[in-house]
Amino acid sequence: MSTQPTFPAVDSSALPAVDTLLDALVEQIRPQVDPARCGMVGIHSGGVWIAERLHRVLGLALPLGTIDVGLHRDDLETSGLRIRMRASMIPFEVAGADILLVDDVLHTGRTIRAAMNELFDYGRPERIRLAALLDRGGRHLPVAATFLGAHVEIEPGREIVLDRCASGAHADTLLLKVQPRSGPRESAT
Amino acid sequence: MTRNPQLDAHGALRHLLSIEGLPRDVLVNILDTARPFVSVTEREVKKVPVLRGKSVFNLFFENSTRTRTTFEIAAKRLSADVINLNINASSASKGESLLDTISNLSAMDADMFVVRHAQSGAPFLIASHVREGISVINAGDGRHQHPTQALLDMYTIRHYKQSFTGLTVAIVGDVLHSRVARSQIHALSILGVPEIRVVGPKTLVPDSFSRMGVRVFNRMEEALKGVDVVSMLRLQNERMDGGLLPSAQEYYKSYGLTAERLALAKPDAIVLHPGPMNRGVEIESSVADGSQSVILPQVTFGIAVRMAVMSILGVG
Repeated sequence: MSTQPTFPAVDSSALPAVDTLLDALVEQIRPQVDPARCGMVGIHSGGVWIAERLHRVLGLALPLGTIDVGLHRDDLETSGLRIRMRASMIPFEVAGADILLVDDVLHTGRTIRAAMNELFDYGRPERIRLAALLDRGGRHLPVAATFLGAHVEIEPGREIVLDRCASGAHADTLLLKVQPRSGPRESAT
Repeated sequence: MTRNPQLDAHGALRHLLSIEGLPRDVLVNILDTARPFVSVTEREVKKVPVLRGKSVFNLFFENSTRTRTTFEIAAKRLSADVINLNINASSASKGESLLDTISNLSAMDADMFVVRHAQSGAPFLIASHVREGISVINAGDGRHQHPTQALLDMYTIRHYKQSFTGLTVAIVGDVLHSRVARSQIHALSILGVPEIRVVGPKTLVPDSFSRMGVRVFNRMEEALKGVDVVSMLRLQNERMDGGLLPSAQEYYKSYGLTAERLALAKPDAIVLHPGPMNRGVEIESSVADGSQSVILPQVTFGIAVRMAVMSILGVG
Protein backbone atom coordinates (compact mmCIF):
# COMPACT_ATOMS: atom_id res chain seq x y z
CA MET A 1 0.00 0.00 0.00
CA SER A 2 2.94 2.34 -0.59
CA THR A 3 1.50 3.92 -3.72
CA GLN A 4 -0.72 6.31 -1.74
CA PRO A 5 0.57 9.79 -0.97
CA THR A 6 1.96 10.55 2.49
CA PHE A 7 1.02 13.78 4.27
CA PRO A 8 3.04 15.20 7.15
CA ALA A 9 0.11 16.17 9.36
CA VAL A 10 1.45 18.74 11.76
CA ASP A 11 -1.94 20.42 11.95
CA SER A 12 -5.44 20.05 10.51
CA SER A 13 -4.74 22.31 7.53
CA ALA A 14 -2.04 19.96 6.24
CA LEU A 15 -4.53 17.13 5.92
CA PRO A 16 -6.10 16.31 2.54
CA ALA A 17 -9.81 17.04 2.02
CA VAL A 18 -12.10 14.14 2.86
CA ASP A 19 -13.67 14.26 -0.61
CA THR A 20 -10.27 13.84 -2.26
CA LEU A 21 -9.58 10.79 -0.12
CA LEU A 22 -13.03 9.38 -0.83
CA ASP A 23 -12.45 9.76 -4.59
CA ALA A 24 -9.15 7.91 -4.26
CA LEU A 25 -10.89 5.11 -2.34
CA VAL A 26 -13.72 4.79 -4.85
CA GLU A 27 -11.23 4.56 -7.68
CA GLN A 28 -9.46 1.66 -5.97
CA ILE A 29 -12.56 -0.16 -4.76
CA ARG A 30 -14.82 0.03 -7.82
CA PRO A 31 -12.91 -2.44 -10.03
CA GLN A 32 -12.46 -4.83 -7.08
CA VAL A 33 -16.03 -5.28 -5.79
CA ASP A 34 -19.20 -6.79 -7.13
CA PRO A 35 -21.94 -4.25 -6.25
CA ALA A 36 -24.51 -7.03 -6.14
CA ARG A 37 -22.60 -9.10 -3.55
CA CYS A 38 -20.45 -6.72 -1.49
CA GLY A 39 -21.61 -6.36 2.12
CA MET A 40 -20.27 -3.07 3.45
CA VAL A 41 -19.86 -2.53 7.20
CA GLY A 42 -18.86 0.82 8.71
CA ILE A 43 -17.23 1.06 12.13
CA HIS A 44 -18.80 3.65 14.48
CA SER A 45 -18.69 6.51 14.25
CA GLY A 46 -16.30 7.91 11.59
CA GLY A 47 -16.20 4.67 9.64
CA VAL A 48 -19.99 4.72 9.30
CA TRP A 49 -19.93 8.24 7.82
CA ILE A 50 -17.30 7.17 5.27
CA ALA A 51 -19.17 3.95 4.54
CA GLU A 52 -22.45 5.83 3.94
CA ARG A 53 -20.75 7.82 1.19
CA LEU A 54 -18.88 4.88 -0.35
CA HIS A 55 -22.04 2.76 -0.26
CA ARG A 56 -23.98 5.43 -2.15
CA VAL A 57 -21.31 6.16 -4.76
CA LEU A 58 -20.57 2.48 -5.40
CA GLY A 59 -24.29 1.69 -5.66
CA LEU A 60 -24.13 -1.43 -3.50
CA ALA A 61 -27.21 -3.63 -3.46
CA LEU A 62 -27.01 -4.96 0.11
CA PRO A 63 -28.00 -2.48 2.84
CA LEU A 64 -25.16 -0.89 4.79
CA GLY A 65 -24.15 -2.55 8.07
CA THR A 66 -22.78 -0.72 11.10
CA ILE A 67 -20.68 -2.02 13.94
CA ASP A 68 -19.79 -0.56 17.35
CA VAL A 69 -16.81 -2.47 18.68
CA GLY A 70 -17.38 -1.22 22.24
CA LEU A 71 -18.20 -4.68 23.62
CA HIS A 72 -15.23 -6.37 21.91
CA ARG A 73 -12.49 -3.95 22.90
CA ASP A 74 -9.40 -5.46 24.52
CA ASP A 75 -9.04 -2.70 27.13
CA LEU A 76 -12.42 -3.00 28.87
CA GLU A 77 -10.75 -4.23 32.05
CA THR A 78 -8.64 -1.06 32.35
CA SER A 79 -10.78 1.54 30.59
CA GLY A 80 -14.35 0.40 31.24
CA LEU A 81 -17.34 0.64 28.95
CA ARG A 82 -17.73 3.66 26.76
CA ILE A 83 -20.83 5.69 27.39
CA ARG A 84 -23.47 5.85 24.67
CA MET A 85 -22.44 2.76 22.74
CA ARG A 86 -24.42 2.14 19.60
CA ALA A 87 -26.08 -1.14 18.71
CA SER A 88 -24.36 -2.99 15.87
CA MET A 89 -26.65 -3.68 12.92
CA ILE A 90 -25.73 -6.09 10.15
CA PRO A 91 -28.82 -6.21 7.89
CA PHE A 92 -27.52 -9.00 5.61
CA GLU A 93 -26.43 -12.60 5.99
CA VAL A 94 -22.80 -12.61 7.14
CA ALA A 95 -22.18 -16.32 6.55
CA GLY A 96 -20.55 -16.58 3.12
CA ALA A 97 -20.59 -12.80 2.56
CA ASP A 98 -17.91 -10.77 0.80
CA ILE A 99 -17.43 -8.03 3.38
CA LEU A 100 -15.81 -4.65 3.00
CA LEU A 101 -15.09 -3.20 6.43
CA VAL A 102 -14.74 0.60 6.49
CA ASP A 103 -12.98 2.78 9.06
CA ASP A 104 -11.78 6.37 9.09
CA VAL A 105 -8.29 6.29 10.59
CA LEU A 106 -6.20 3.13 10.82
CA HIS A 107 -3.75 3.23 13.74
CA THR A 108 -3.04 0.40 16.20
CA GLY A 109 -5.28 -2.10 14.41
CA ARG A 110 -7.07 -3.00 17.64
CA THR A 111 -10.41 -1.63 16.45
CA ILE A 112 -10.17 -3.75 13.30
CA ARG A 113 -9.39 -6.84 15.37
CA ALA A 114 -12.43 -6.14 17.57
CA ALA A 115 -14.65 -5.52 14.53
CA MET A 116 -13.57 -8.79 12.88
CA ASN A 117 -14.24 -10.71 16.10
CA GLU A 118 -17.71 -9.23 16.27
CA LEU A 119 -18.41 -9.96 12.59
CA PHE A 120 -17.64 -13.63 13.15
CA ASP A 121 -20.34 -13.72 15.85
CA TYR A 122 -22.83 -13.18 13.03
CA GLY A 123 -21.45 -15.95 10.84
CA ARG A 124 -18.40 -17.00 8.82
CA PRO A 125 -17.78 -14.52 6.01
CA GLU A 126 -16.16 -15.71 2.80
CA ARG A 127 -13.77 -12.78 2.86
CA ILE A 128 -13.21 -9.52 4.75
CA ARG A 129 -11.36 -6.61 3.19
CA LEU A 130 -10.62 -3.27 4.78
CA ALA A 131 -10.98 0.26 3.41
CA ALA A 132 -9.59 3.16 5.45
CA LEU A 133 -9.56 6.86 4.75
CA LEU A 134 -6.16 7.37 6.40
CA ASP A 135 -3.35 5.21 7.75
CA ARG A 136 -1.37 6.95 10.46
CA GLY A 137 0.91 3.99 11.22
CA GLY A 138 1.76 2.78 14.72
CA ARG A 139 0.33 -0.72 14.38
CA HIS A 140 0.14 -3.06 17.40
CA LEU A 141 -1.34 -5.89 15.35
CA PRO A 142 -0.65 -7.32 11.89
CA VAL A 143 -3.47 -5.44 10.14
CA ALA A 144 -3.32 -3.66 6.78
CA ALA A 145 -5.88 -1.82 4.68
CA THR A 146 -6.81 -3.36 1.34
CA PHE A 147 -7.93 0.06 0.08
CA LEU A 148 -6.46 3.28 1.46
CA GLY A 149 -6.97 7.01 0.90
CA ALA A 150 -3.57 8.20 2.10
CA HIS A 151 -0.81 7.73 4.68
CA VAL A 152 -0.24 10.47 7.24
CA GLU A 153 2.56 11.16 9.66
CA ILE A 154 1.56 12.60 12.99
CA GLU A 155 3.41 13.64 16.11
CA PRO A 156 3.18 11.39 19.16
CA GLY A 157 0.52 12.41 21.69
CA ARG A 158 -1.81 13.64 19.00
CA GLU A 159 -4.56 11.96 17.05
CA ILE A 160 -6.58 12.45 13.89
CA VAL A 161 -10.34 12.44 14.23
CA LEU A 162 -13.09 12.63 11.67
CA ASP A 163 -15.81 15.10 12.55
CA ARG A 164 -19.21 15.71 11.01
CA CYS A 165 -20.98 19.06 11.08
CA ALA A 166 -24.34 18.37 12.68
CA SER A 167 -26.23 21.39 11.37
CA GLY A 168 -25.98 24.66 9.49
CA ALA A 169 -24.93 25.37 5.92
CA HIS A 170 -22.25 22.69 6.07
CA ALA A 171 -24.44 20.04 7.68
CA ASP A 172 -23.17 16.53 6.95
CA THR A 173 -19.76 17.83 5.82
CA LEU A 174 -16.89 15.61 6.98
CA LEU A 175 -13.74 17.20 8.36
CA LEU A 176 -10.44 15.70 9.47
CA LYS A 177 -8.83 17.28 12.53
CA VAL A 178 -5.55 16.86 14.34
CA GLN A 179 -5.93 17.21 18.12
CA PRO A 180 -4.30 16.16 21.39
CA ARG A 181 -5.06 12.55 22.20
CA SER A 182 -8.31 12.05 24.14
CA GLY A 183 -9.08 9.46 26.82
CA PRO A 184 -9.81 5.84 25.93
CA ARG A 185 -13.54 6.22 26.65
CA GLU A 186 -13.93 8.62 23.77
CA SER A 187 -11.78 6.94 21.21
CA ALA A 188 -9.97 3.75 20.36
CA THR A 189 -8.30 3.59 17.02
CA MET B 1 -26.20 13.00 54.25
CA THR B 2 -24.55 9.60 54.25
CA ARG B 3 -23.23 8.33 50.98
CA ASN B 4 -25.42 5.92 49.00
CA PRO B 5 -23.82 2.48 49.56
CA GLN B 6 -24.49 1.61 45.93
CA LEU B 7 -22.19 4.33 44.59
CA ASP B 8 -18.43 4.73 44.87
CA ALA B 9 -16.67 7.96 45.80
CA HIS B 10 -16.92 9.17 42.19
CA GLY B 11 -20.66 8.50 41.98
CA ALA B 12 -20.23 5.40 39.81
CA LEU B 13 -22.38 2.34 40.40
CA ARG B 14 -20.68 -0.22 42.66
CA HIS B 15 -23.66 -2.38 43.68
CA LEU B 16 -27.25 -2.42 42.45
CA LEU B 17 -29.38 -2.84 45.57
CA SER B 18 -32.28 -0.46 45.20
CA ILE B 19 -33.60 2.05 42.70
CA GLU B 20 -34.31 4.46 45.53
CA GLY B 21 -31.67 7.13 45.78
CA LEU B 22 -29.99 6.46 42.44
CA PRO B 23 -29.30 9.57 40.37
CA ARG B 24 -31.17 9.92 37.09
CA ASP B 25 -28.00 9.76 34.97
CA VAL B 26 -27.07 6.39 36.50
CA LEU B 27 -30.46 4.98 35.46
CA VAL B 28 -30.26 6.53 32.00
CA ASN B 29 -26.74 5.14 31.52
CA ILE B 30 -27.98 1.62 32.35
CA LEU B 31 -30.83 1.97 29.84
CA ASP B 32 -28.48 3.37 27.17
CA THR B 33 -25.93 0.63 27.78
CA ALA B 34 -28.62 -2.04 27.42
CA ARG B 35 -29.37 -1.04 23.85
CA PRO B 36 -26.30 -2.62 22.19
CA PHE B 37 -26.89 -5.75 24.26
CA VAL B 38 -30.32 -6.20 22.65
CA SER B 39 -28.52 -6.52 19.30
CA VAL B 40 -26.14 -9.12 20.80
CA THR B 41 -29.10 -11.41 21.43
CA GLU B 42 -30.03 -11.25 17.74
CA ARG B 43 -26.74 -12.79 16.55
CA GLU B 44 -25.82 -16.35 15.81
CA VAL B 45 -23.21 -16.22 18.60
CA LYS B 46 -25.03 -14.44 21.42
CA LYS B 47 -21.93 -13.72 23.43
CA VAL B 48 -19.55 -10.84 24.03
CA PRO B 49 -16.26 -11.03 25.96
CA VAL B 50 -17.02 -8.24 28.45
CA LEU B 51 -16.87 -10.37 31.64
CA ARG B 52 -14.45 -13.02 30.39
CA GLY B 53 -12.61 -14.56 33.31
CA LYS B 54 -15.03 -13.22 35.92
CA SER B 55 -17.13 -15.35 38.24
CA VAL B 56 -20.75 -14.53 38.96
CA PHE B 57 -22.42 -16.32 41.87
CA ASN B 58 -26.18 -16.57 41.80
CA LEU B 59 -27.16 -16.77 45.47
CA PHE B 60 -30.82 -17.65 45.68
CA PHE B 61 -31.95 -17.88 49.28
CA GLU B 62 -35.50 -17.85 47.92
CA ASN B 63 -36.53 -19.96 44.96
CA SER B 64 -37.06 -18.27 41.63
CA THR B 65 -36.15 -20.35 38.64
CA ARG B 66 -37.18 -17.66 36.24
CA THR B 67 -35.23 -14.72 37.65
CA ARG B 68 -32.22 -16.94 38.29
CA THR B 69 -32.33 -18.15 34.70
CA THR B 70 -32.40 -14.63 33.26
CA PHE B 71 -29.37 -13.63 35.37
CA GLU B 72 -27.62 -16.83 34.37
CA ILE B 73 -28.23 -16.21 30.66
CA ALA B 74 -27.14 -12.58 31.00
CA ALA B 75 -23.88 -13.54 32.74
CA LYS B 76 -23.15 -16.33 30.26
CA ARG B 77 -23.73 -14.04 27.31
CA LEU B 78 -21.12 -11.75 28.84
CA SER B 79 -18.71 -14.75 28.92
CA ALA B 80 -18.64 -14.87 32.74
CA ASP B 81 -18.47 -18.14 34.63
CA VAL B 82 -21.73 -18.66 36.47
CA ILE B 83 -22.16 -20.62 39.67
CA ASN B 84 -25.73 -21.20 40.83
CA LEU B 85 -26.24 -21.78 44.52
CA ASN B 86 -29.56 -22.68 45.99
CA ILE B 87 -28.71 -21.77 49.55
CA ASN B 88 -31.90 -23.16 51.07
CA ALA B 89 -30.67 -26.57 50.20
CA SER B 90 -27.11 -26.19 51.46
CA SER B 91 -25.35 -24.08 54.08
CA ALA B 92 -28.32 -22.32 55.62
CA SER B 93 -29.91 -25.63 56.54
CA LYS B 94 -26.65 -26.60 58.25
CA GLY B 95 -26.76 -23.46 60.37
CA GLU B 96 -24.05 -21.38 58.68
CA SER B 97 -24.67 -17.65 59.00
CA LEU B 98 -25.34 -15.51 55.93
CA LEU B 99 -22.07 -13.61 56.31
CA ASP B 100 -20.03 -16.79 56.82
CA THR B 101 -21.50 -18.09 53.58
CA ILE B 102 -20.49 -14.87 51.83
CA SER B 103 -16.96 -14.92 53.28
CA ASN B 104 -16.51 -18.47 52.04
CA LEU B 105 -17.74 -17.68 48.55
CA SER B 106 -15.59 -14.54 48.42
CA ALA B 107 -12.59 -16.72 49.19
CA MET B 108 -13.46 -18.64 46.02
CA ASP B 109 -12.64 -15.47 44.03
CA ALA B 110 -16.17 -14.32 43.27
CA ASP B 111 -16.47 -11.06 41.34
CA MET B 112 -20.21 -10.59 41.62
CA PHE B 113 -23.07 -11.85 43.76
CA VAL B 114 -26.63 -11.88 42.48
CA VAL B 115 -28.77 -12.17 45.59
CA ARG B 116 -32.42 -13.14 46.01
CA HIS B 117 -33.56 -13.24 49.62
CA ALA B 118 -36.93 -13.36 51.38
CA GLN B 119 -35.62 -10.88 53.95
CA SER B 120 -35.78 -7.21 52.98
CA GLY B 121 -32.33 -5.66 53.21
CA ALA B 122 -30.31 -8.88 52.96
CA PRO B 123 -28.44 -7.73 49.81
CA PHE B 124 -27.48 -4.50 51.65
CA LEU B 125 -26.00 -6.51 54.49
CA ILE B 126 -24.01 -8.60 52.03
CA ALA B 127 -22.83 -5.53 50.09
CA SER B 128 -21.57 -3.92 53.28
CA HIS B 129 -19.42 -6.98 54.05
CA VAL B 130 -17.88 -7.93 50.71
CA ARG B 131 -14.35 -6.84 49.96
CA GLU B 132 -13.48 -4.10 47.48
CA GLY B 133 -13.97 -5.25 43.91
CA ILE B 134 -16.94 -7.52 44.54
CA SER B 135 -20.33 -6.23 43.38
CA VAL B 136 -23.75 -7.22 44.66
CA ILE B 137 -26.94 -7.17 42.59
CA ASN B 138 -30.27 -7.37 44.36
CA ALA B 139 -32.46 -9.87 42.49
CA GLY B 140 -35.39 -9.27 44.84
CA ASP B 141 -35.41 -8.89 48.62
CA GLY B 142 -38.59 -9.47 50.60
CA ARG B 143 -41.16 -6.77 49.97
CA HIS B 144 -38.43 -4.21 49.47
CA GLN B 145 -36.92 -3.92 45.98
CA HIS B 146 -36.40 -5.68 42.67
CA PRO B 147 -34.29 -3.12 40.84
CA THR B 148 -33.45 -5.03 37.64
CA GLN B 149 -37.15 -5.79 37.06
CA ALA B 150 -37.95 -2.08 37.34
CA LEU B 151 -35.07 -1.23 35.00
CA LEU B 152 -36.26 -3.66 32.35
CA ASP B 153 -39.74 -2.20 32.69
CA MET B 154 -38.27 1.28 32.19
CA TYR B 155 -36.34 0.03 29.15
CA THR B 156 -39.56 -1.42 27.73
CA ILE B 157 -41.51 1.79 28.35
CA ARG B 158 -38.80 3.91 26.75
CA HIS B 159 -38.60 1.53 23.80
CA TYR B 160 -42.30 1.93 23.02
CA LYS B 161 -42.92 5.49 24.26
CA GLN B 162 -39.51 7.06 23.44
CA SER B 163 -39.45 9.22 26.55
CA PHE B 164 -40.85 9.39 30.08
CA THR B 165 -42.03 12.97 30.16
CA GLY B 166 -45.74 13.38 29.64
CA LEU B 167 -46.61 9.75 30.46
CA THR B 168 -49.32 8.47 32.78
CA VAL B 169 -48.54 5.05 34.20
CA ALA B 170 -50.93 2.83 36.18
CA ILE B 171 -49.60 0.06 38.41
CA VAL B 172 -52.35 -2.47 39.12
CA GLY B 173 -52.65 -5.10 41.83
CA ASP B 174 -51.01 -6.03 45.10
CA VAL B 175 -48.90 -2.89 45.40
CA LEU B 176 -48.54 -3.29 49.17
CA HIS B 177 -46.59 -6.55 49.03
CA SER B 178 -44.85 -5.93 45.74
CA ARG B 179 -41.14 -5.19 45.54
CA VAL B 180 -41.64 -4.77 41.79
CA ALA B 181 -44.17 -1.97 42.33
CA ARG B 182 -41.95 -0.23 44.88
CA SER B 183 -38.96 -0.29 42.51
CA GLN B 184 -41.12 0.83 39.59
CA ILE B 185 -42.50 3.81 41.52
CA HIS B 186 -38.97 4.97 42.40
CA ALA B 187 -37.69 4.48 38.85
CA LEU B 188 -40.65 6.22 37.21
CA SER B 189 -40.31 9.19 39.58
CA ILE B 190 -36.56 9.51 39.04
CA LEU B 191 -37.00 9.36 35.26
CA GLY B 192 -39.58 12.12 35.35
CA VAL B 193 -42.94 10.42 34.75
CA PRO B 194 -45.42 13.13 35.80
CA GLU B 195 -48.33 10.89 36.82
CA ILE B 196 -48.01 7.53 38.52
CA ARG B 197 -51.23 5.81 39.58
CA VAL B 198 -51.58 2.76 41.79
CA VAL B 199 -54.80 0.80 41.84
CA GLY B 200 -56.21 -2.16 43.73
CA PRO B 201 -58.43 -3.03 46.68
CA LYS B 202 -57.87 -0.95 49.83
CA THR B 203 -56.35 -3.98 51.59
CA LEU B 204 -53.57 -4.12 48.96
CA VAL B 205 -53.36 -0.46 47.94
CA PRO B 206 -53.80 1.63 51.08
CA ASP B 207 -54.11 5.42 50.92
CA SER B 208 -50.73 5.75 52.61
CA PHE B 209 -49.12 5.14 49.20
CA SER B 210 -49.87 8.71 48.27
CA ARG B 211 -46.85 9.56 50.44
CA MET B 212 -44.68 8.09 47.68
CA GLY B 213 -45.96 10.77 45.30
CA VAL B 214 -48.45 8.55 43.49
CA ARG B 215 -52.23 8.81 43.00
CA VAL B 216 -54.14 6.06 44.77
CA PHE B 217 -57.22 4.54 43.11
CA ASN B 218 -59.48 1.75 44.30
CA ARG B 219 -61.60 1.58 41.15
CA MET B 220 -59.96 0.12 38.08
CA GLU B 221 -62.22 2.01 35.65
CA GLU B 222 -61.14 5.39 37.02
CA ALA B 223 -57.47 4.51 37.24
CA LEU B 224 -57.10 3.32 33.65
CA LYS B 225 -58.67 6.36 32.03
CA GLY B 226 -56.25 7.88 29.53
CA VAL B 227 -53.10 6.05 30.71
CA ASP B 228 -50.14 5.33 28.42
CA VAL B 229 -48.82 2.33 30.33
CA VAL B 230 -50.62 -0.35 32.36
CA SER B 231 -48.26 -2.30 34.57
CA MET B 232 -49.89 -5.40 36.04
CA LEU B 233 -48.59 -7.13 39.16
CA ARG B 234 -48.83 -10.82 39.85
CA LEU B 235 -51.42 -11.76 42.45
CA GLN B 236 -49.84 -14.16 44.89
CA ASN B 237 -52.10 -16.97 46.00
CA GLU B 238 -51.11 -16.59 49.64
CA ARG B 239 -52.98 -13.23 49.70
CA MET B 240 -56.23 -15.13 49.39
CA ASP B 241 -55.42 -17.31 52.39
CA GLY B 242 -54.51 -14.32 54.52
CA GLY B 243 -57.98 -12.83 54.30
CA LEU B 244 -56.87 -9.80 52.30
CA LEU B 245 -58.98 -10.89 49.35
CA PRO B 246 -62.19 -12.87 49.12
CA SER B 247 -61.32 -15.04 46.10
CA ALA B 248 -59.50 -15.01 42.76
CA GLN B 249 -62.85 -14.76 40.95
CA GLU B 250 -63.90 -11.73 43.00
CA TYR B 251 -60.54 -10.10 42.36
CA TYR B 252 -60.80 -10.67 38.62
CA LYS B 253 -64.28 -9.19 38.60
CA SER B 254 -63.02 -5.90 40.05
CA TYR B 255 -59.34 -5.68 39.08
CA GLY B 256 -58.71 -8.11 36.23
CA LEU B 257 -57.36 -6.39 33.11
CA THR B 258 -60.01 -7.22 30.53
CA ALA B 259 -60.14 -5.95 26.95
CA GLU B 260 -63.11 -3.81 27.95
CA ARG B 261 -61.18 -2.11 30.75
CA LEU B 262 -58.03 -1.71 28.64
CA ALA B 263 -60.17 0.22 26.13
CA LEU B 264 -60.38 3.00 28.75
CA ALA B 265 -56.64 3.61 28.41
CA LYS B 266 -55.13 5.45 25.44
CA PRO B 267 -55.52 3.49 22.19
CA ASP B 268 -51.73 3.03 21.99
CA ALA B 269 -51.31 2.11 25.67
CA ILE B 270 -48.97 -0.80 26.39
CA VAL B 271 -49.49 -3.58 28.93
CA LEU B 272 -46.62 -4.84 31.10
CA HIS B 273 -46.47 -7.83 33.44
CA PRO B 274 -43.38 -9.10 35.29
CA GLY B 275 -44.52 -12.72 35.05
CA PRO B 276 -45.44 -15.35 35.77
CA MET B 277 -48.99 -14.42 34.83
CA ASN B 278 -52.20 -15.76 36.32
CA ARG B 279 -54.50 -15.72 33.32
CA GLY B 280 -58.06 -15.12 34.37
CA VAL B 281 -56.97 -13.76 37.77
CA GLU B 282 -55.19 -10.48 37.09
CA ILE B 283 -55.27 -10.46 33.30
CA GLU B 284 -57.58 -11.71 30.57
CA SER B 285 -55.93 -14.10 28.12
CA SER B 286 -56.90 -12.03 25.09
CA VAL B 287 -55.16 -8.98 26.64
CA ALA B 288 -52.04 -10.96 27.62
CA ASP B 289 -51.71 -12.18 24.04
CA GLY B 290 -53.10 -9.03 22.41
CA SER B 291 -51.43 -6.37 20.28
CA GLN B 292 -50.95 -3.99 23.23
CA SER B 293 -49.15 -6.56 25.35
CA VAL B 294 -45.37 -6.13 25.57
CA ILE B 295 -44.93 -8.94 28.08
CA LEU B 296 -42.67 -11.09 25.90
CA PRO B 297 -40.47 -8.18 24.73
CA GLN B 298 -40.04 -7.42 28.47
CA VAL B 299 -38.40 -10.82 28.88
CA THR B 300 -36.02 -10.22 25.95
CA PHE B 301 -35.15 -6.71 27.12
CA GLY B 302 -34.68 -8.10 30.63
CA ILE B 303 -31.67 -10.12 29.52
CA ALA B 304 -30.12 -7.06 27.85
CA VAL B 305 -30.75 -4.83 30.88
CA ARG B 306 -29.18 -7.41 33.22
CA MET B 307 -26.21 -7.67 30.85
CA ALA B 308 -25.88 -3.89 31.01
CA VAL B 309 -26.00 -3.81 34.82
CA MET B 310 -23.46 -6.63 35.14
CA SER B 311 -21.14 -4.97 32.60
CA ILE B 312 -21.27 -1.61 34.31
CA LEU B 313 -20.55 -3.25 37.69
CA GLY B 314 -17.96 -5.62 36.23
CA VAL B 315 -15.79 -3.30 34.17
CA GLY B 316 -17.10 0.15 35.04
